[in-house]
Amino acid sequence: MTWVWDNLDLIGRLSLEHVRLSVPPIVLGLLIAVPIGWLAHRYRRARPAILTVIGLLYTIPSLALFVILPAVLGVGFLSEVNVTVALTIYAVAILVRSVADALGSVDAEVRQAATAIGYSGWSRFWVVELPLAGPVVLAGLRVAAVSTVSLVTVGIFVGVESLGYLFINGLQRRILAEVASGLVMTVVIALVIDLLLVLLGRALMPWTRVDSRRSRRRRPAAGVVSR
Amino acid sequence: MIEFRSVSKQFPDGTVAVDDFSHVLPTGKATVLVGSSGSGKTTLLRMINRMVEPTGGQVLIDGTDVAKLDRVRLRRSIGYVLQAAGLLPHRRVIDNVATVPVLNGVRKAEARERAYELLDKVGLDRALGERYPSQLSGGQQQRVGVARALAADPEILLMDEPFGAVDPIVRADLQLELNRLQRELGKTIVFVTHDIDEAFTVADQVVIFRKGGVVAQAGTPAEILAHPADDFVASFVGADAGRRSLQLQHRPGDDRPLVVDRDGRPIGVLESTVEAAPGAGASAQGGTAT
Ligand SMILES: Nc1ncnc2c1ncn2[C@@H]1O[C@H](COP(=O)(O)OP(=O)(O)OP(=O)(O)O)[C@@H](O)[C@H]1O
Ligand SMILES: [Mg+2]
Repeated sequence: MTWVWDNLDLIGRLSLEHVRLSVPPIVLGLLIAVPIGWLAHRYRRARPAILTVIGLLYTIPSLALFVILPAVLGVGFLSEVNVTVALTIYAVAILVRSVADALGSVDAEVRQAATAIGYSGWSRFWVVELPLAGPVVLAGLRVAAVSTVSLVTVGIFVGVESLGYLFINGLQRRILAEVASGLVMTVVIALVIDLLLVLLGRALMPWTRVDSRRSRRRRPAAGVVSR
Repeated sequence: MIEFRSVSKQFPDGTVAVDDFSHVLPTGKATVLVGSSGSGKTTLLRMINRMVEPTGGQVLIDGTDVAKLDRVRLRRSIGYVLQAAGLLPHRRVIDNVATVPVLNGVRKAEARERAYELLDKVGLDRALGERYPSQLSGGQQQRVGVARALAADPEILLMDEPFGAVDPIVRADLQLELNRLQRELGKTIVFVTHDIDEAFTVADQVVIFRKGGVVAQAGTPAEILAHPADDFVASFVGADAGRRSLQLQHRPGDDRPLVVDRDGRPIGVLESTVEAAPGAGASAQGGTAT
């Protein structure tokens, strides 16, 4: 335990670094997944092919990516860009299916109504379909975020510092507290980002919070009817 | 005036939904398209705002072929009410009502102001404006649907089984309300239903379809009730079963005759004058009273 007290600075610095490395892949992943997911949703025949290919990206081992990417991107082996790009690819792999499913989950009746009252295809997508797809996209985004936070640790193998440093260093020096603090902080960061996403979702999608008639009606069935 | 000129629609899978339909829907009147499921009513309705393109013939609004008009603009100029109201679940009621004016570039505050007036007009409490559609009853949602359709003050109102999802009492209420609005606003209404009683309540003019989008009879409710064109129409409107034939019963000591149905059950009292407006005479209207 004394190791933790003596190294609070290090833990704090690595945690911040970890967050800094986690955020861009999550954001970029979402931005890239939306158009691809839209394609998969829009062109039904291409959907299985798109989803399979994108899904396969997730099976590429991260270390293999770290080896391939520098050559492809023309950056150094130890560049942080490799980690960002690799993790973005994984986030995209998770999110494309979510986005496609989310767009598919939008009530056809509502889509028709939007068309009927005079939304053009473009504005209908941004103002009606995408917001209504929001809850399902958010569910996928939460998975992608947690996955990204845990994968950032792997960056240590190509010299990109994060909480992963504590795992490697702790293992080498056989300091259990160091490994444990790395683990705990990774989980804490994942939980905090998850919580922030949930709060952001609530702020951006207030209609999902209302006590709809359907859920209100269901309640008395649970037993107690009190006045 | 909406005119269908030899309009046909064959869907890509080969289904012929409408076959050579010609009809004129007069301005300021409510025309009801009624017929069994799959007879092409929705398809016809959607050809008016170009949600469906005809494969033959033309649809004209005041003499202009709608195919020449910009789709999005056309749709914004026509009110549309769908069966399940079709409200946008992520927008507050008031913003749902204000949608089309805002799309047309009206300032949001102004559009909301007008939207509140429309809530009054369709008989909804202004306080409901702040709710989301899921927090309203089915009947209230339908009223919001009507308010939204009226928001841009369109000349034409398309209504596709707008009251299909609400219970009979609320439904009757909404029908009368629509009649009131219609008398007040004088819109050209095209109303689709498969409930013949609803058709007679709402309509100035009724078009009855057979399967395959073929017109069985078109005319005013009274004409159709009095002279059904054939057995199909007669059974469709319930004239064959005697459901529509009413009789007057004179009672001693009361100078107003009682209206009774075929089985002698009293339905109402015959007042000296019967208003001819749609919906006014309720069930006795247009009946073959003798
Ligand atoms: N997009 C489509 N593709 C193929 N066939 C269609 C399509 N839309 C409608 N149809 C067919 O066209 C016919 C008429 O459909 P339409 O929806 O106009 O009927 P309707 O009179 O409105 O019926 P309902 O009372 O059930 O709403 C039906 O046989 C239907 O299956
Ligand atoms: Mg229909």
